[in-house]
Amino acid sequence: MVAEHAAEAGNMGQQVGHMIMHHITNGPHMELPSYNDFTNEVHLPHIPAFEILGVTIDMSITRHVVMMILAAVLLILMGLLIRRKIAIVPRGFTSLVESFVLFIRDDIAKTTMGEAGARRYTPYLCSTFFFILTCNLLGLVPYGSTATSNVSVTAALAFMSFLMIQGAGMRKMGVFGYFKHLIPPGVPWWLAPVMVVVELMGVLAKPFALCIRLFANMVAGHAVILSLIGLIFVMSFWVFPLTVAFGAFMYLLELFVALLQAYIFTMLTSLFIGLLIVGEH
Amino acid sequence: MEGLAYLAAGLGAGMAVIGGGYGIGRLADAAMHGTARQPSASNDIRTTMIIAAALIEGVTLFAEVVCIMLAVK
Repeated sequence: MVAEHAAEAGNMGQQVGHMIMHHITNGPHMELPSYNDFTNEVHLPHIPAFEILGVTIDMSITRHVVMMILAAVLLILMGLLIRRKIAIVPRGFTSLVESFVLFIRDDIAKTTMGEAGARRYTPYLCSTFFFILTCNLLGLVPYGSTATSNVSVTAALAFMSFLMIQGAGMRKMGVFGYFKHLIPPGVPWWLAPVMVVVELMGVLAKPFALCIRLFANMVAGHAVILSLIGLIFVMSFWVFPLTVAFGAFMYLLELFVALLQAYIFTMLTSLFIGLLIVGEH
Repeated sequence: MEGLAYLAAGLGAGMAVIGGGYGIGRLADAAMHGTARQPSASNDIRTTMIIAAALIEGVTLFAEVVCIMLAVK
């Protein structure tokens, strides 16, 4: 009988694992509210993959793509809403957005990049911050899913940051000067090739860390909440008070982590740009 | 033999959390000491502490991602 119970729990565990994977990963289905059952599964259009230069690109619209488009539309709406109301003393929603932008400009950009750098790079930092924040928060809403829990999305964001960092360095020092900068001064000539390799690895590792940090934080939050709810099915029904309470606490923590990860991504990008611009003269 | 992958995933996740928890604990200890010595610097210390905690947690989550990949493949 113990073996039967264990087999049943194992089977239920597999189904719960399947449910968790279905909710976390990307897919061609999207859930919308319906008035008959709880959800209505909508099948999203599949654009057939095409080939460019031997690389197969699949442009079909999946759940995360819809979330990213929604985040972009929301941000454009936000921009349109506040442009009429920019004044010396803003009120209401404009004041909220302005407090975020001033926070990015003063506490993130100016402290790491100085005045001139802040003026040039604050727009990119604001775009990154607001887009990551909106994508993270859309995942916490019912029927929404986190676009940034897809490693391709975070890899694209980290790649954009990589381009900005290298572009800032090359703009400041010239293309050749930037490669010369990779060799720290005061290094014996026989050590220089090793130093170049190490510096190049550092240049590549920092955006990779940005990508993985954001991806892992977002996936971990959702996985924990879904596992806790799945626990109701694997064990008996009566663990639900403990599970739901713990799940609510994890939801609050995930809200904090969403804000924090957007801030950390922006702050680290600004820090890396600032290291190259301000430099150690 | 697939049971070994699950075992490795569980052990790896546990050990990663030990390292991350210890690191963040020491960080919080230093932040407490700093704030106790000079309460007026508490805002700067808090900002630095949150940044360092997020970086340490990023490293911990590398290991978690590897464990998840072990468990689902």
